[in-house]
Amino acid sequence: MRTMTRNDLMLLLGFAAVVLAMPIWLQPFGAAYPDLLQRFMIFGIFAVGFNILFGLTGYLSFGHAAFFGVGSYAAVWSFKLLSLDAIPAMIFAIVISGVFALIIGYLSLRRSGIYFSILTLAFAQMSYNLAYSVLTPITNGETGLQLTINDPRYLDRVFGDAMPGQPVPTLLGQSLGGFTGFYFCAAFLILTFFIAQRITGSPFGMMLKGIKSNQTRMNYTGVNTRPYTLAAFVISGMYAGLAGALMAVTDPLAGAERMQWTASGEVVLMTILGGAGTLVGPVLGAWIIKYFENIFSALNDSILARFWSFLPDGLDHTAVVVSGKFVGEGWFLTLGLVFVLIVVFLPGGVMEGVRRITTLVSPKSKPPASPESTSPQPQPAE
Amino acid sequence: MTQPNVVLHVADVHKRFGGLHALADIDLQVEEGQTHAIIGPNGAGKSTLLNVIIGKLAPTSGQVVFDGTVLTGRKPFQINQLGISRVFQTPEIFADLSVLHNVMIPALAKRDGAFKLNMLGSLEHESAVRAEAEHMLEDVGMLSSQKDRAGSLSRGDKRRMELAMCLIQHPRLLLLDEPTAGMSRHDTNTTIELLKKIKSRGMTKVIIEHDMHVVFSLADKISVLAQGRIIADGTPDQVRGNPKVQEAYLGGEVV
Ligand SMILES: Nc1ncnc2c1ncn2[C@@H]1O[C@H](COP(=O)(O)OP(=O)(O)OP(=O)(O)O)[C@@H](O)[C@H]1O
Ligand SMILES: [Mg+2]
Repeated sequence: MRTMTRNDLMLLLGFAAVVLAMPIWLQPFGAAYPDLLQRFMIFGIFAVGFNILFGLTGYLSFGHAAFFGVGSYAAVWSFKLLSLDAIPAMIFAIVISGVFALIIGYLSLRRSGIYFSILTLAFAQMSYNLAYSVLTPITNGETGLQLTINDPRYLDRVFGDAMPGQPVPTLLGQSLGGFTGFYFCAAFLILTFFIAQRITGSPFGMMLKGIKSNQTRMNYTGVNTRPYTLAAFVISGMYAGLAGALMAVTDPLAGAERMQWTASGEVVLMTILGGAGTLVGPVLGAWIIKYFENIFSALNDSILARFWSFLPDGLDHTAVVVSGKFVGEGWFLTLGLVFVLIVVFLPGGVMEGVRRITTLVSPKSKPPASPESTSPQPQPAE
Repeated sequence: MTQPNVVLHVADVHKRFGGLHALADIDLQVEEGQTHAIIGPNGAGKSTLLNVIIGKLAPTSGQVVFDGTVLTGRKPFQINQLGISRVFQTPEIFADLSVLHNVMIPALAKRDGAFKLNMLGSLEHESAVRAEAEHMLEDVGMLSSQKDRAGSLSRGDKRRMELAMCLIQHPRLLLLDEPTAGMSRHDTNTTIELLKKIKSRGMTKVIIEHDMHVVFSLADKISVLAQGRIIADGTPDQVRGNPKVQEAYLGGEVV
């Protein structure tokens, strides 16, 4: 990489090493099984892409789950109509979600700040409702879109291998279950991280940061901000579509709930929790949320009862009832609480925490101006 | 009527804010390469006039012509791309970014135009733009703070940086809204020297200034604005001697 700086290259290599070694270093945490690891990768990609829009331009989209969902549907349709191979599915999903993002972004970006956020939310909810109603021939409504043995798979048929027992996504004939699926997703996370890194360090990325910092100045500096924000919107929409497609690769069933506003909100939380505007932060945010979601939503009252059993009678019952509100279905309550704490006490997210600790440990080195990572609040552009 | 060497012509411009007639019948001609000062008491409409020129405000009537091109109705970014940059009364800067990046962005906008999807390049390898930005920062005496976060600068430094952001675009017309306000005497003098230096490069400037020392050491022409009207204009000597100006604006001040 002739055009990469040493620091960028080190970061990329370090990141790749951490990702690829996850099946090893996550073992003590009980998180080293393929299903969860795949989700770490998929939502990492989602968050990295979301950050290209939100972290760099400051435009806060509340509707990115729509592109995730579109990516999933597109991938499943590619499995059904074209081939069980994952590559055409990914390409198809990225293109379709890109087109969607172009349309929704073009309309939403006519406004900024809260109005932009509301518009994206409205479009996403519209997509969600359409998926359940008018579009059921495409989405198969509440049942969700599934693979069947009778799918046409025209491409596979041309190559004469359209007769699998149970149709599952493959890569060059290799099934993508288990750890193979994880490494497949991991390759995409590393690739998309690299692309995000390049975008952030490019003149284009600099312009996006300028738009976030002061859009008025940008205008009087001769920059037409609209196409810049639209490009960022489409790129992040394509990231979301890619993540959605990977979701379909690892679990070939696309349902509309992936487009719901809670899913859009989740990626916002991931990005802010990790540190909006930083490269690594959003990925960390995604991993942390998916990890704790996995733990908390698995807890139930009998586990809690065992946990609190050291308390005196009566008190343990209260403890179980109260803590029971925060686990299982109540996981979102915990998430909301953590989010409030982060925004109030650590607005730069986990990455800011890391930075604060580093400066504490080495007090002699003044914190360098790292402007792209010090933006605390979600600042609506304009 | 427009003389061949008139580069900016504000023609019969009116601007009303509700009942307030902020600009009334303004006719202003700025000649190429000159420094044209606009002075007047607070609330006279000076900033409003600049806002009309750069497309921030649409005039109620009248139009602005720059080098044969009608500016009125164009977007701010288009007007900038025609070669007009502005220093604002309250600095408009990229507070979250480093000083160096603040100056590199306008240089990139000048080089790449209003939009360029330059995702493959790397800012680290834009050595020409970087060198130019560093050179510009050196000119305004801020090279040593290039890594600082712009938002943390003092008011005077923000102004100087904003000036560098404008100058790096080599605009044909530079609009300055009180560029020395908030600066120490020493910094004011450095800025005057800098502006004089640019003058010898032939850049046209419109400058709003309260500091008469600055006005009379820079201006070739002065227009005096009061309550939205130009009540006098001419060379510094003509304006200084004009009794209307003495009465309306300069008052007892010794100039
Ligand atoms: N966007 C606006 N909406 C309404 N009124 C405005 C607007 N901008 C300026 N004004 C009014 O127009 C008048 C002229 O304001 P302007 O800012 O042009 O004065 P100025 O000559 O620049 O004064 P100062 O020396 O204080 O900067 C003022 O009465 C101001 O309140
Ligand atoms: Mg003013």
